[in-house]
Amino acid sequence: MKILVAVKRVIDYNVQIRVKEDGSGVVTDNVKMSTNPPDDNAIEEAVKIKEAGKAKEIVAITIGEEKAQETVRKALAVGADRGIHVKVDNVIEPLAVSKILKKIVEKENPDLVFMGKQAIDDDCNQTGQMLAALLNWPQATFASKIEVKDNALEVTREIDEGLETIEVNVPAIVTCDLRLNEPRYASLPNIMKAKKKSIEQLNASDLGVDINPRIEQIKVEEPPKRKAGIKVASVEELVQKLKNEAKVI
Amino acid sequence: MSVLLIAEHNNKEVRPFTYNAITAASQINEDLHVLVLGHQADDVAKSLSEVPNVKKVIHVDNKIYENYIAENYTAAIIKHAESYSHIVSSANTFGKNLMPRIAALLDTSQVSDIIKVISEDTFLRPIYAGNAFATVKSNDKKKCVTIRPTSFDPADKSGGSAEITKSDPAEASSSTKFLKKEEVKSDRPELGTARIVISGGRGMQNGENFKLISDIADKLNAAIGASRAAVDAGYITNDHQVGQTGKVVVPDLYIAVGISGAIQHLAGMKESKVIVAINKDGEAPIFSVADYGLEADLFEALPQFLSELNKLNTIQK
Repeated sequence: MKILVAVKRVIDYNVQIRVKEDGSGVVTDNVKMSTNPPDDNAIEEAVKIKEAGKAKEIVAITIGEEKAQETVRKALAVGADRGIHVKVDNVIEPLAVSKILKKIVEKENPDLVFMGKQAIDDDCNQTGQMLAALLNWPQATFASKIEVKDNALEVTREIDEGLETIEVNVPAIVTCDLRLNEPRYASLPNIMKAKKKSIEQLNASDLGVDINPRIEQIKVEEPPKRKAGIKVASVEELVQKLKNEAKVI
Repeated sequence: MSVLLIAEHNNKEVRPFTYNAITAASQINEDLHVLVLGHQADDVAKSLSEVPNVKKVIHVDNKIYENYIAENYTAAIIKHAESYSHIVSSANTFGKNLMPRIAALLDTSQVSDIIKVISEDTFLRPIYAGNAFATVKSNDKKKCVTIRPTSFDPADKSGGSAEITKSDPAEASSSTKFLKKEEVKSDRPELGTARIVISGGRGMQNGENFKLISDIADKLNAAIGASRAAVDAGYITNDHQVGQTGKVVVPDLYIAVGISGAIQHLAGMKESKVIVAINKDGEAPIFSVADYGLEADLFEALPQFLSELNKLNTIQK
């Protein structure tokens, strides 16, 4: 099997976001960037499947500006075999991302496409499902366990009520939850080796897909601030405050 | 043009967030129709026809809709999409799984997880785990929108009498098979809609210690939540997780116990009306959003909290 894994470069999950004063977005200059966390789980799962002898090749792909390549390089350092970087100059919407991915899938013919269930910047949670629709492939979203069968996957999905297990025929799209696995760190020798692996560069404009935005971002603002609270000295005081001041119990 | 809302239900009852989504959907446009895809879900269609905000219920009954197979659902929804300007659903795991598949086939850029309807095409939505709010305008002809249920009140459930029309199923997918669902049954209120939520984090140290939390939850008729750290550590099941990638809750009272307050957890609870934090680390970020902070060892504070609550005789049920 061949697995294509899509990774996205986002503001690091530990960074405290600052909204730009002109309301045009959030500050990204001189801010630490890293791979979208559940995309790390997607790479890890692909590598585990390959290590178990059930996949032959892993291709990591990212779509973004020049520096987005770093996320592919990181994927190569933990076990992906080669990379693809589709260059775009501006931020594009999940619909456009899935149209680009569809072109790549048609070229690469993978059996599986893995990616994180959601990017932690725009919090859209759309790309995997959209790609599945455009390819008319089955989808297994929010995966917390994947079992590879003959020409099918058994996937346990995290849902509001608990867990759901479905079987999808290959080819299929899987979007990964953070609990799917524990992503490994790249060792120094593997980081050095990854530098020799190839990353194919493409321009989104050469792929013949419409990536123009459909959604206008009118304004980005800070959420309303909570008023500062107080520290209470004892459990008794806490219960009295909840009863008499906040009146919630 | 009209709005089509996709109902979430278990074939017997309407799932509660459908009512919150109805409120938001009817703010987009009053001509709101609801699509019920299910197996022997006549009671669901009937309940929804009684919601005053609903103008019409379309009911498709077939075995292939017994479970939420997104592929099967999508095919049926696409058949009806033409007559509508908006397709909407709640932004929980049901709608998140389903809506993008519909949007892509309609060549629409979806607006996810809205918290406010500004006009028919303009919405407010949180980004970066709720650390910024974006006002966005959709320029697609047909709009696909998911609704953060806890940001809208549930619609009234009775008094209406909308027409119920039956419709034929679409083709079923042969490449996806439902195998099983492991649902966690509980007598407690649902986490997403509970008036009081008490959550435990890594500070609980193990699963057994969650009994300290459940004792208080029983007393307050509260739902039990957890941080991702507690779920990852196996203290409690994933359906309890509150946060950016778990559930978003907006109770009247949220009690965070042994939770440090990572950005990702705050994203799921910081809109709660009153927040209490109990943590032995006085510098924990959870205190920055807490109305009442108690710096204490939870293993001493929780039994004390329960005994103080037992002294009160006014606890609302």
